[in-house]
Amino acid sequence: MTTYRRPRDVILVGHGMVGQRFLEALVEQPGATGLRITVLAEEPRPAYDRVQLTSWFSGTSAEELSLCPPGFLAEHGIELRLGDPVTEIDRAARTVTTRAGHTLGYDALVLATGSYPFVPPVPGHDADGCHVYRTIEDLEAIRADADGAEVGAVVGGGLLGLEAAGALRAMGLETHVVEFAPRLMALQVDEGGGALLRRKIEELGVAVHTGAGTQRVETAADGRVRAMTLSDGRELRADLVIFSAGVRPRDQLARACGLAVGERGGIVVDEGCRTDDPAVWAIGECALAVDGRVYGLVAPGYAMAETAARALAGEPGRFTGADTSTKLKLLGVDVASFGDAHGATEGALEVLYSDSRAGVYKKLVIGTDGALLGGVLVGDTEAYGLLRPLTIGGKPLQTAPEQLVLPAGFAPGAPVGLPDDAVVCSCHNVSKAAIRAALAEQGCGSVAEVKKCTKAGTGCGSCVKLLGTIVTEELAAAGVNVDTGLCEHFAHTRSELYEIVRVKGLTRFSDLLEQHGSGEGCDICKPTVASIIAGLGGGHILDGEQAALQDTNDHFLANLQRNGSYSVVPRIPGGEITPEGLITIGEIARDFGLYTKITGGQRIDLFGASVDQLPPIWQRLVAAGFESGHAYGKSLRTVKSCVGETWCRYGVQDSVGLAIELELRYRGLRSPHKLKSAVSGCARECAEAQSKDFGIIATSTGWNLHVGGNGGMTPRHADLLATDLDRETLIRTIDRFLMFYIRTADRLERTAAWLERLDGGLDHLRAVLLDDSLGICADLDALMAQHVGGYQDEWAATLADPDRLRRFASFVNAPGTPDPAVTFVPERGQIRPARPGEHGLTLTDLTPALIAGPRLEVRTA
Amino acid sequence: MTVDVQDVNDLKVEIHDGSRWQHVCAYDDLIPGRGVAVLLDGDQVAVFRDRAGTLYAVDNRDPFSGTYVLSRGIVGSRGDTPTVASPMYKQVFDLRDGRCLDEETAPDGGRAVLRVWPVRGSHRPRDTDQAGSHR
Ligand SMILES: Cc1cc2nc3c(=O)[nH]c(=O)nc-3n(C[C@H](O)[C@H](O)[C@H](O)COP(=O)(O)OP(=O)(O)OC[C@H]3O[C@@H](n4cnc5c(N)ncnc54)[C@H](O)[C@@H]3O)c2cc1C
Ligand code: SF4
Ligand code: FES
Repeated sequence: MTTYRRPRDVILVGHGMVGQRFLEALVEQPGATGLRITVLAEEPRPAYDRVQLTSWFSGTSAEELSLCPPGFLAEHGIELRLGDPVTEIDRAARTVTTRAGHTLGYDALVLATGSYPFVPPVPGHDADGCHVYRTIEDLEAIRADADGAEVGAVVGGGLLGLEAAGALRAMGLETHVVEFAPRLMALQVDEGGGALLRRKIEELGVAVHTGAGTQRVETAADGRVRAMTLSDGRELRADLVIFSAGVRPRDQLARACGLAVGERGGIVVDEGCRTDDPAVWAIGECALAVDGRVYGLVAPGYAMAETAARALAGEPGRFTGADTSTKLKLLGVDVASFGDAHGATEGALEVLYSDSRAGVYKKLVIGTDGALLGGVLVGDTEAYGLLRPLTIGGKPLQTAPEQLVLPAGFAPGAPVGLPDDAVVCSCHNVSKAAIRAALAEQGCGSVAEVKKCTKAGTGCGSCVKLLGTIVTEELAAAGVNVDTGLCEHFAHTRSELYEIVRVKGLTRFSDLLEQHGSGEGCDICKPTVASIIAGLGGGHILDGEQAALQDTNDHFLANLQRNGSYSVVPRIPGGEITPEGLITIGEIARDFGLYTKITGGQRIDLFGASVDQLPPIWQRLVAAGFESGHAYGKSLRTVKSCVGETWCRYGVQDSVGLAIELELRYRGLRSPHKLKSAVSGCARECAEAQSKDFGIIATSTGWNLHVGGNGGMTPRHADLLATDLDRETLIRTIDRFLMFYIRTADRLERTAAWLERLDGGLDHLRAVLLDDSLGICADLDALMAQHVGGYQDEWAATLADPDRLRRFASFVNAPGTPDPAVTFVPERGQIRPARPGEHGLTLTDLTPALIAGPRLEVRTA
Repeated sequence: MTVDVQDVNDLKVEIHDGSRWQHVCAYDDLIPGRGVAVLLDGDQVAVFRDRAGTLYAVDNRDPFSGTYVLSRGIVGSRGDTPTVASPMYKQVFDLRDGRCLDEETAPDGGRAVLRVWPVRGSHRPRDTDQAGSHR
């Protein structure tokens, strides 16, 4: 054995994902002090997250993609030369020469040159409009070309090809995928999974041509692509082509200086990632590992980077092969494959679960000894985080395999025992034991801290869910309380509680608390559950136990204002009101001494009422035909409208009529947060429909539906969900949208935030609402029908019931005496709350007759 | 204090004002999990009944907003502590000793603690000063 002499000059060629990881690992080595590190990079910018490359199209900037923290290079004295690739290695002289002509000497040379996209040498492959998909510059070029293009074709139906197809689709291009193999993602997915994947991808509007090769790229007179001829003779129109037919290791430098390379490419390295020249290492996608494979994934590359960094600093390290499991979301479709996905192990058995209606396919490969060997998941990859580590443990399963693939609702929630040596995060090679150690020994107390300390979950992110489960379990075992649920009383999220209440048909908070919660509840879970129960048709919100759950606004069917008084908002559907209606409201306001203001939702808010005054005010409003406006509830507020074609010179449809119909349909609908809507009579959009949760804009032939808009603190422009709908389809689509939102949103999550969070985004939403991709539309329709049929005006119902009315007393032992601490002063001809130190008048001073007036008459409905 | 169901109908709620027990309302006036406001010689008191039937009486004034609204807050628990949350800015108070569990000081600089009154359910004539408990 030769003694190892530490090198002084280290040169890294290539600043990609693996190169950056190598630098980070190297500077952490105790033996790394005193090294002079130089990085020679071909690309014009420091290392960035290639895995997330596609997110550049959706707005993630190059800076946000950067993997090189600001200050990192300076702090460690690393010199980075951008845009100057190495063109030659002289191993005898131990120097490298760059394109700009600089020659630098090294003691240790690390090659991390990655790979290049393989472009089949078909005629026309280099025509204008042909692209590859690897760097930010590639994406810039694609975006520029896509501007004038209508049809895009992707050659290659693998992981990257589908990702590229998704990007083209998102840019509005008609998109085709041409794959030589008989199925998509042939590498990762088996036949059954491939078929389902294909169906789902086709549903999203991407045309798939499998078993088809690309014969030729046809060009127009100006030299630009115009079509592709396939191996079966068909011609496919295409204004833009992306080649994604696999990658090849960039081993040219190594080849040229006589280093050993594999038959099909890749720089040959040993377990320590060293080439046959002891001064030269190779890592990442350019290297051919000892197991004879070139890895095209980032996790194995990271493992090589760690190994090489350790080896360079004189520490032992071995890279003998890696897990090639993948989980990804392609065009909104979840796909995962892990371990022996194809059941290649001798005697392996398969456990299959498939639901083509719901679009779920799951296959597990089980060894003869009962250990999990691998599997394929399409459509629902929830279990991936848990299953993949189990394959690495190699121990017989403790849970029956079918339990692992059944939908969550069917399988009992027993935790699946994960062995300590199971790798939880494969991106950063973090085992369960390491996570436990971080919690027990390094004082981490949350997922965020464990992430920081172990790096687990900071790569592709697919392990974060499992990480959360482990952290919660471990902390709970150690006696620490962790909040994952709605509040301390429920470990469930709002949407989980919604499902429990719905499926079990619960109508009482105390039953839910007893069966699924603990303690007495609080101001978070009680109103949330009250809203869920009300939304599922659980009766009047002031009935029985329901009354105790409501926050004060719902409890008094009015809005609490800053001095403890309440405001009242009658419903004015669509903002349309008769002169009589206006006069009635004016008279009531005058008689009760209320402050009046027109709201942004085209109605009138009456301020300054005491709880005792609410019933007499409403008695008059109800008698005049008004209903509760639900301004107090997390529910539909208003459907604003412009005057539309009835009056407006430009209008093309009756926006007021539609607004009224919608407001009456959805009035009183309880939801996770307030809901606002508007209808505009033409594209001039005077009703500002695109800032609403659901907004409708008339077209000459129908209605365009926009969803997920928001004003307020974080404004969001609504997304166009569907165009030119007829009235019936429009209403059905809104029905489903609202119910789907109510069913799946978190507490206090507006549609804007919900939509941002929704897996698969707008495309997924469209598929669910318009194509019933989840098979739930019948349920959603039924729930809405139940709401519409069961609606009653909360105020009319309250006035009709002496029991409910009894609650509207300022003081239980002195009914009719308004709170003496609530005082007002005059301002601009109306009242306003007195400020601290100001001497104001009480309600008794202002309206003595009405407060001490005769006992309320009780209406019988 | 827990109350048997058959007792409830004619039960009266009494608050001790420092010198004697005062009848304020019928036990039946209280909805489990909700409160009412009571005028007690010029003081405003918030009286609550929890799901188990236990009674609590604290100041109706919310020290954070200066408004008299605590009787309209939501009753619940935090750990084993029975609580009420202010409907104004949502601070949570311990119903047993009036302590605010979220913040120590009120905006006016004083300690964020509500005054607590002894309260009981009673069948007795109004002025019998039997040792009662507000727990
Ligand atoms: C769109 C896309 C999505 C992907 N998604 C996933 C995924 O979900 N999961 C996953 O595991 N992997 C994914 N990958 C693969 C992953 O990005 C690679 O495995 C990873 O980037 C490999 O890192 P690397 O450092 O070996 O190569 P690279 O990141 O390619 O870095 C190599 C660098 O070396 C430079 N270079 C080359 N030659 C020279 C030279 N002579 N002189 C100087 N510099 C040179 C190159 O310009 C480049 O910057 C994806 C890749 C793409 C393109
Ligand atoms: S949106 Fe069109 S129809 Fe409505 S008011 Fe404006 S211009 Fe007129
Ligand atoms: S597995 Fe990718 S971040 Fe953990």
